[in-house]
Amino acid sequence: MLGSFDAVLLARLQFAFTVSFHFLFPAFTIGLASYLAVLNGLWLYTKKQHYLDLFRYWIKIFALAFAMGVVSGIVMSYQFGTNWSVFADRAGPVIGAPMAYEVLSAFFLEAGFLGIMLFGRDRVGSTLHMVACLAVAFGTFFSAFWILSVNSWMQTPAGFSIDPETNQFMPEDFWQIVFNPSFPYRLAHTVTAAYLTTAFIVGGVGAWHLLRYKRRGDKPSQATKTMFSMAMWMATIVAPVQIFLGDAHGLNTMEHQPQKVMAMEGHFESHPEGWAPLYLFGIPNEETQTLDYAVGIPGLSSLILGHSFDAPIMGLDSIPDDEQPPVAIVFWSFRIMVALGFAMLGVGMWSLWARYRKRLYEAPWLHRAAVLMTPSGLVAVLAGWVTTEVGRQPYTVYGLLRTSDSAAPLEAAAVGATLVAFIVIYTAVFGAGTYYILRLMGHPPHTAEARYKDVVDGPTRTAGITPATEELMRRHTKEEE
Amino acid sequence: MPIAEGVSFDLTLAWAMLIALSVLIYVILDGFDLGLGMLFAVEKDRKNRDVMMNSVAPVWDGNETWLILGGGGLFAAFPLAYATILPATYIPVIIMLLALIFRGVAFEFRWRTERWKPVWDAAFIGGSTLAAFAQGMILGALLQGLDIDKATRSYVGGGWGWLTPFSLFVGLAVVFGYALLGATWLVMKTEGPLQERMRKRARVLSVITVIFIGLVSIWTPFLQDGYFSRWFTGFGIGLAVLVALVTLLMLALLQLTLRSGGEEVWPFILSLALFALCFVGMGVSMFPYIVPTEITIYEAAAPRASQLFMIVGASVLIPIILIYTGLAYWVFRGKVDPEKGYH
Ligand code: HDD
Ligand code: HEM
Ligand code: HEM
Repeated sequence: MLGSFDAVLLARLQFAFTVSFHFLFPAFTIGLASYLAVLNGLWLYTKKQHYLDLFRYWIKIFALAFAMGVVSGIVMSYQFGTNWSVFADRAGPVIGAPMAYEVLSAFFLEAGFLGIMLFGRDRVGSTLHMVACLAVAFGTFFSAFWILSVNSWMQTPAGFSIDPETNQFMPEDFWQIVFNPSFPYRLAHTVTAAYLTTAFIVGGVGAWHLLRYKRRGDKPSQATKTMFSMAMWMATIVAPVQIFLGDAHGLNTMEHQPQKVMAMEGHFESHPEGWAPLYLFGIPNEETQTLDYAVGIPGLSSLILGHSFDAPIMGLDSIPDDEQPPVAIVFWSFRIMVALGFAMLGVGMWSLWARYRKRLYEAPWLHRAAVLMTPSGLVAVLAGWVTTEVGRQPYTVYGLLRTSDSAAPLEAAAVGATLVAFIVIYTAVFGAGTYYILRLMGHPPHTAEARYKDVVDGPTRTAGITPATEELMRRHTKEEE
Repeated sequence: MPIAEGVSFDLTLAWAMLIALSVLIYVILDGFDLGLGMLFAVEKDRKNRDVMMNSVAPVWDGNETWLILGGGGLFAAFPLAYATILPATYIPVIIMLLALIFRGVAFEFRWRTERWKPVWDAAFIGGSTLAAFAQGMILGALLQGLDIDKATRSYVGGGWGWLTPFSLFVGLAVVFGYALLGATWLVMKTEGPLQERMRKRARVLSVITVIFIGLVSIWTPFLQDGYFSRWFTGFGIGLAVLVALVTLLMLALLQLTLRSGGEEVWPFILSLALFALCFVGMGVSMFPYIVPTEITIYEAAAPRASQLFMIVGASVLIPIILIYTGLAYWVFRGKVDPEKGYH
């Protein structure tokens, strides 16, 4: 039935579009919430002004990103019902509970303490304010914990039975459901990804201002130097960890979702005798089921996935056609993620070298590279999710419930119309928000940086641009003179 | 049906109450946020607008989280209800979500730009009004009943089944009701001429709201035989008369406390009580159906194991949530001072 297929395809596009947009914000705010808690702690502990300045600088950006994360997230929690009602009815008994736990343990915590974190420093004293910062940071982590548990259960279902009458998945063991086989890997890999994403954004902004100070012949402010340095430590230490985690995650996927790994690797053919090549490049051709123009390193794939050159590696030719995921998307998105992972490692090592030579703040090429890498985390994170999600097709609950059987009984016209509305509105609204964030980032952090509270309801508001921007611009031009 | 199984009866009913409670808390809390957003339209002065927005800026996100708990709880405890109500009310649900996006980002965006401030103010007004209207339409569509095919466990009423004069009417009722909540909230949180204007508006809005409540209450019993027999036979008649009298009494008290220079907190409490009363009335009409008159809470219920797993967490976490939500309101108690901010 062409009609219903269209509705399913549109519903998939809509889900992919809204969740990709949503995830960009958490990917940044999970890391930034922790970073702010660290900065606040350092300020309380050392009383060094530049930590407070950095806190005040980043919290304004955080407030914007967080608001966008929240409103786009609310859309997600209703999309299961609007677009995937059959899935919601069948899987609800199993995954509904962890999602409810997410609301109870994470969303309320974040929302309840966000106000105090933003406005409350003078009202509640520094201890409770610090508690609020930590509560928000932990809230973002709990959120990731539960939602990734749900997603992982859909990838590697465990701990359930199927009710023959209603076809619903019935929980048998919630421990197995929450800690399903792919969950520990996915949680570690995704949270680390969020930290890297934030590190490269903070580092990129720091590097940008270091370059600007240099061009003007000024000495960079302590706050600018500190944020660049902190970000580069993060990159140096966490990028290798991420590559290690990614490898472990891939091996686990190999065990539970072999088709996905076949698509990631571009293995159309089986290599029963081992010596499967690791393809660096190639154009997957799904019609002929071949990888055209392939460039590969013989045996390496057997070595990585099977720990020996003659480990047999099976290919997509061993899988029935209607069980195969789309290969090209998975193949490419995986390569984009891995390439960015190694690029991050490169920047991290480079910064270590510069640090060792005591030139971390006078290395313009390193700074340029860091500016270039500012969005790398966001791109890698999306590429990673595309690999994960497209690679599990054609299923929503892997091996058990097909995507085509999961959709809501909606008319294609309705889904199409709302898809257009989502695209137009998300682009306009979140585009404007991104512009405001970039504008804030365009100013370096200042000594006695304006507080978030002052920006929103402070006594100094005048006509003209918001005090934050106006004040900063005034100071900025003074500095430039 | 598990009604007979004693214990699971309790659990399902407990979940129905808990979800009803979180929807009620949502309606009350976000009700005054959204109402305040609508009142932006009639308060053109920017200082006043700043004060109004700041009166909820630290708490609005928490208020909206009850909506997620309502939806998430429905998904978890009554998956079949979640899976039928949302496709049935697809268009208003999407309208509500998009409207909430505009309203939500306006809290941040309007402080970030001078030239575009009027645009984000308009987004705040429009988003708040539309979200309220859409919520009312969803409620109306649900009260009216949905076409469900029980064999396939899905909604079969088509894309426009929700659109009726009744659902539009309930949409309007909710808009005015939220505006009343917003106005009485502001009576509590502001001073001077702004407060006086809010008193006047609340007086008018409370009359309109009670008229809407009355009309919806008269209309509803004619939608379904079940409602009719519940309210207009035997014991029900007495109850109906009692509820009507209490409503009128509340209106009188509202008018009294809202007079110039009168009480500051009571009008808000009274309008909350008005909402709670309507809510309970609706619950009485619908029970035991969760999708009138097709699916009962017992038919929609998730298995006992799921409900049990969640009730454990909910009974620990919800009290904690209430405590720190209370803390947040306590921290930001008192009047919003337009000059000094939150000192
Ligand atoms: C809790 C569950 C969950 C989570 C956390 C995510 N997804 Fe997902 N995704 C689904 C649950 C899901 C789904 C409901 O199961 C879909 C709809 C159709 C399908 O097969 O899976 C899906 C489809 C889907 C598709 C379409 C795949 C296709 O149709 O070929 C893409 C591109 C993404 N998702 C991307 C993402 C991204 C970028 C995420 C990062 C936040 C993400 N998903 C998180
Ligand atoms: C389909 C999947 C998802 C749904 C239904 C969903 C739902 C939501 C909702 C409703 C909110 C708003 C909460 C509030 O009001 O405070 C939110 C925010 C958030 N979500 Fe998601 N989410 C999804 C995917 C994810 C993923 C994959 C992650 C992380 C790994 C994540 C992490 C967060 C975080 C940290 C927030 C807080 C706001 C922010 O930091 O921007 N979400 N999400
Ligand atoms: C060279 C390094 C990397 C390797 C080998 C690697 C490996 C993987 C693999 C195999 C998956 C798919 C898991 C599945 O089967 O579902 C995945 C997913 C993902 N990757 Fe990576 N990755 C690397 C670097 C990165 C980087 C640098 C980021 C972001 C900063 C990132 C973010 C993600 C995300 C968000 C997902 C989806 C969630 C998940 O399934 O964990 N990855 N990665």
